[in-house]
Amino acid sequence: MKYVDEFRDPGKAASLIKRIEELARKIDLGQARPLHIMEVCGGHTHTIFRYGIKQMLPEAMELVHGPGCPVCVLPMGRVDDCVALAEHPEVIFATFGDAMRVPGSKKSLLQARAEGADVRMVYSPLDALDLARRHPAREVVFFGLGFETTMPSTALTLLQAEREGIRNFSLFCNHITIIPTIKAILESPDLELDGFIGPGHVSMIIGMQPYRFIAEQYQKPLVITGFEPLDILQGIWMVLKQLAEGRHEIENQYQRIVPEEGNRTAQDAVNRVFELREFFEWRGLGSIDHSGVRVRKEYAWYDAERRFSIPNLKIADPKACECGDVLKGIIKPRECKVFGTSCTPETPLGALMVSSEGACAAYYTYGRTEIAKPGV
Amino acid sequence: MCLGIPGKIVQVTDPENKLALVDVAGVRRQINIACIVDESHPAESCVGDWVLVHVGFAMIRVDENEAAKTLALLEELGNMQDELDAMRHSGRPDA
Repeated sequence: MKYVDEFRDPGKAASLIKRIEELARKIDLGQARPLHIMEVCGGHTHTIFRYGIKQMLPEAMELVHGPGCPVCVLPMGRVDDCVALAEHPEVIFATFGDAMRVPGSKKSLLQARAEGADVRMVYSPLDALDLARRHPAREVVFFGLGFETTMPSTALTLLQAEREGIRNFSLFCNHITIIPTIKAILESPDLELDGFIGPGHVSMIIGMQPYRFIAEQYQKPLVITGFEPLDILQGIWMVLKQLAEGRHEIENQYQRIVPEEGNRTAQDAVNRVFELREFFEWRGLGSIDHSGVRVRKEYAWYDAERRFSIPNLKIADPKACECGDVLKGIIKPRECKVFGTSCTPETPLGALMVSSEGACAAYYTYGRTEIAKPGV
Repeated sequence: MCLGIPGKIVQVTDPENKLALVDVAGVRRQINIACIVDESHPAESCVGDWVLVHVGFAMIRVDENEAAKTLALLEELGNMQDELDAMRHSGRPDA
């Protein structure tokens, strides 16, 4: 596949790295610390580690790994709610595979299944709806999870259930929304960030407009960026260029996928089905205003929180975990006391160790060995 | 979850409910195409389209080069097999 080789052009990568080095040397924001650029999305975190992008960057700048891994920020209390739902004898609990191993206060969904709960891994909410069609005597609860990238699919599935009059299907809604989360990070008193690599596929849905406040109110640059290693290098270069020129704008490196206005059909479905919650609890970050959505009362029948009694308890993160400080970029994964000892991908204590998109799992998997630069 | 996977639409199975059959690296499954159709590109005209599929929903049309690059990236990230396995075994009690 020649275009792949071309895209991974090592010459292009080398030239970008050189330009990044030059800019990083030039930028002086009057700070004693290196420049901090946060990649918000877990998909970016994975690419950055897989291709060793961290090691290619000059010492004058550092990447901070953001909260954009939905599985990682799921609080323990919500996992307990999932387990409680799954343990209802009439329930088939349908979930994406990523959520199976996230630890609850007593057990994970994987453990609940081993003890007899009917937990099914599904690839798509459509498959959960199909389970409801095929098991009319059972109650199928779909565990809706993720940012704006997966929110439209859940909304469209719920609308499909309504159209077909399928009544034994409901949603345990844990969808979260990126904008209030970025805002909470920007409001954090110990914030040390100079710019953002913006998420690619969330932006494909929401478009560019929702990010404007970051430039206007907080004077920080954000560049919506693709997932290829060269995309990420280019995104970093575009953020640095803004900093060097004293600009703070919302730019789009990923124009081939992200239209300025986003996807209207997806936005309409989301707005029809969901409304903002007053607040939502995040693992490691605590409660963030308006950062989650719930099912509107017009679709109350499809809302598992209304249909079933769930414990809905707030469970504190394990004391030893420092996921919150890692998420805010205050410490690096390795600086956490339990990293790699009692917290590993096989037996995660903290959520950041669970998913391949979590900063700690990425450090654990890729951080110990130097990875060859692309094309070298 | 957030990367998606490219596939090619081979048949529009239910234009009214916007359902189509997609081929993702040799695995065929039904997906929803509501987010990529409009008056200028109705469901019936989607056969042959390359699309980025997120959890069973086509979210955007892409060109063939972009699709090939994304497939190669997924392969290198080690996500490809997981994604295809998730599609194959979806909903099974023993999966």
